[in-house]
Amino acid sequence: MIPFVNILLALTLAPLMLGVINRVKARFAGRDGQPLFQAYFDLARLLRKGAVYSRATSWVFRAGPIVGLAAVLVTTAIVPLGGEPAPLPFPGDLVLLAYLLGLMRFVTVLAALDTGSSFEGMGASREVTFSALAEPALLLGLAALARQSGSLSLSKMYAALDFGAWWQSGPVLALVTAALAVVLLAENARIPVDDPNTHLELTMIHEVMVLDHSGPDFALILYGAALKLWVLGALLVGLIVPVRTGHAWLDLAAALAGMFVVAVAVGVVESSMARLRLLRVPQLLVGAGALAALALVLSLR
Amino acid sequence: MNLVLTAVAVLVVGAFLALRSARLGVVAAVTAGLMGLTASVRALLGGSIERWHVGWRVPYGAFAVELDALSAFFLALIFGLSALAAVYGDEYLAAWRGKKSLGAAWFFFNLLVASMAMVALARNGVLFLVAWELMALTSFFLVTFEDERDEVRAAGWTYLVASHLGTAFLLAMFVLLGRRNGSLDFNQFSVAPGGAGLLFVLALVGFGTKAGFMPLHVWLPEAHPAAPSHVSALMSGVMIKLGIYGLLRVLTFLGAPPAWFGWTLLAIGLASAVFGILFALAQHDLKRLLAYSSVENVGIIATGMGLGLLGVAHRQPGMAALGFGGALLHTLNHALFKGLLFLGTGAVAHGTGTRRLDQLGGVLRRMPVTGALFLLGAAAIAALPPLNGFAGEFLLYLAAYQAGTGSAGGLVMLGLAVIAALALVGGLVAATFAKAAGIVFLGEPRSEHVAHAHEPGWAMRGPMLVLAAGCVGVGLGAPWVLRALGPVIGSVGDGAGADMASAAGWLTAIVWAGVALMLVTVALVFLRRTLLTGRMVTVSETWGCGYTHPTARMQYTGSSFAQPLTELFAPLLRTRRHWLRETLTTETPDVASEGFFRPVFDGVEIALGRLRWLQHGRIQVYVLYIALTLLALLLWKLS
Repeated sequence: MIPFVNILLALTLAPLMLGVINRVKARFAGRDGQPLFQAYFDLARLLRKGAVYSRATSWVFRAGPIVGLAAVLVTTAIVPLGGEPAPLPFPGDLVLLAYLLGLMRFVTVLAALDTGSSFEGMGASREVTFSALAEPALLLGLAALARQSGSLSLSKMYAALDFGAWWQSGPVLALVTAALAVVLLAENARIPVDDPNTHLELTMIHEVMVLDHSGPDFALILYGAALKLWVLGALLVGLIVPVRTGHAWLDLAAALAGMFVVAVAVGVVESSMARLRLLRVPQLLVGAGALAALALVLSLR
Repeated sequence: MNLVLTAVAVLVVGAFLALRSARLGVVAAVTAGLMGLTASVRALLGGSIERWHVGWRVPYGAFAVELDALSAFFLALIFGLSALAAVYGDEYLAAWRGKKSLGAAWFFFNLLVASMAMVALARNGVLFLVAWELMALTSFFLVTFEDERDEVRAAGWTYLVASHLGTAFLLAMFVLLGRRNGSLDFNQFSVAPGGAGLLFVLALVGFGTKAGFMPLHVWLPEAHPAAPSHVSALMSGVMIKLGIYGLLRVLTFLGAPPAWFGWTLLAIGLASAVFGILFALAQHDLKRLLAYSSVENVGIIATGMGLGLLGVAHRQPGMAALGFGGALLHTLNHALFKGLLFLGTGAVAHGTGTRRLDQLGGVLRRMPVTGALFLLGAAAIAALPPLNGFAGEFLLYLAAYQAGTGSAGGLVMLGLAVIAALALVGGLVAATFAKAAGIVFLGEPRSEHVAHAHEPGWAMRGPMLVLAAGCVGVGLGAPWVLRALGPVIGSVGDGAGADMASAAGWLTAIVWAGVALMLVTVALVFLRRTLLTGRMVTVSETWGCGYTHPTARMQYTGSSFAQPLTELFAPLLRTRRHWLRETLTTETPDVASEGFFRPVFDGVEIALGRLRWLQHGRIQVYVLYIALTLLALLLWKLS
């Protein structure tokens, strides 16, 4: 029963993460900010609209949002929330997670190139550059966790984590946390890698790629982005809130509180940092990969 | 067995008939391909081993052939892809009818397929080398099909030299094996412990040249683009895999592999994968890009073999099965999607008249079938679920994760290196093929070439459809395919074949995930359709951020798309920039070729140039040389 609650929570609460982040940012800026549920309102509004397609585009442009959302929807079935197992865990599901996110990115990039716009080409080019560097950090970080638990399934890896694990191998877990946090920020187009607020400047990555999508297509993209944030947030929460009481509902509540903390933390990072220069971003991502590799080496002891 | 040998005979007869009528050569190649495919798949599934041994008057030679699972697997690839390439080639070469001798092209094509089949069947050193040499020569003539072009002749020359240097190492290897065992029959080969090292290195260089291991790959990005597209598909899809076959076959002679075999293969594999894909990313010519990507894929196969050998050496049968299983599955997958991509490129070149990325764009609208199939091939080679590329790489990741998590010491570092490299390569492949597919097929046309682009006929589209279906089919049927491949690895993997069934079990889950992905996609398609019915759906210009007169020239090009990554890896790539007034061009010559082979060959040329005074064209002096040589030989014999 609980595993399917996992999916349900992801499907219903993912857009709320965006609301929390935006509220935190507004508070830092001394504003009241948009309503917490603004992302839901946006989705509902977009789903009610018609669509505008560019003359230059083909079916690839229309397939992008759909395949992208389908890919991230499948990941919600394999990523555990907190210590609670996912509905469909299997050994090696961490690799599938990385490649499903890769599929989402690939179709988004192709849809961007389909418009023939130089802005979107620019965003696509940056997206493939940074993700090629973020992928090793994600897979190595998860490898360190797999080594801790002796399992290749995300659900078992996370179920094995508790406060005792932090006591025993704190440095390893701290390094993995740092690596996954950087991956979360980079993959979800957050400061310091990307700025989700504007899309007209030449420095943007994700937002500029989806410039030409409209109506229901854009709703699918927005929802997919929220789910991606949720899924990667869940990986982080399982690490930093290792509450494993044995009562499933209690653990789940702790994990939800953890998701809230992650959203607040993202908001704080976005408010207190400037976006890095594009040339510095690869250093950050390679740094995250190095931290993850170091975690794996440390776990050798 | 009889059916396979009949297929070879059909090919040889077809080769000579092709000289009379080119069409007969095509028919023979397709017939033989279907016969051989049936026979080898049956042998692979049936599991019986058939031998045939006939004496031969050549010293140490024997017409010894055998059809075991390892041979059958590679034969299935050879026959399957060659039949498709022949169907495609018939229409593709029609453009040269009357200008070139098509009969000769089909003569060499049929002989190439026959010699590849003999390489996989031969069980005698002399027979093997004869087939190997025939394969090199026939493919040389196919590479130089358009021999009126300078760059094609240069490419053919590079290919010929590289092939023969590789063969020299194989000759040395067989001579050593023959001296130790007194026979050149494969079943007589046994190697004393400690004697395997040198043989392994000779095999690695000899077969590695054919397979395209870094830095022996230099001929590959020259020869594959020069050849006609159906030949490129055959060369990239199966001919370079015969280097992998050779290595696997030699490993069966060498006994229990020491760990350093695995380490060496792994290091070469990872280096080939990373360098191969980086150079692919920097290319401007679609076929050159695909050729470099073949270097990368062979690197991934070698990585899998390295993991397998290390699993055997460290007594971890699970890891061995995953490594070898991943390598074999990737061999099959690469034949499918690289064949598809080369054929698709041929169709684009055929329709537009150019292969330069930055002159194409928007081809999908004019060539919808080719474009869709190419996009599918690009997704498959980028290892995206639910297609076949993912299944193969998934096994390799699992092998690496098992090494990295289940063991101690050196193997953990190995797991770390493999995971990091595979993840980086995965990202770079996605970037490379987003560039290849996106710049060519999507967006707006970048030049006049696209204006008269047109879809090829069904003879060219059919084989692409079959290969694309293979990519989907193997992706969704991966567990069953892998189970069938169990016997292939039997003798090399030291029992790892038995674990192949459990390795196949790992794949079941990703098949279900793939099915789920497709169902969700279909559901979303219907959702959007329902949402949009009755609403206003308009078509307009691409949003130019306020700029109202965008032109196709303002689009991102292949070079600009790849620029952030090529800049990042500039120390490895050494891309050159040329400014000519307001145009900027870049080129990325091969580092191994520029930094190593060119200086070496220049040195050889200078050294041999010193002997040029011997050769000055006066006949009398040449006669004198002959007389002096005869005299010297006479004296030597008498004394």
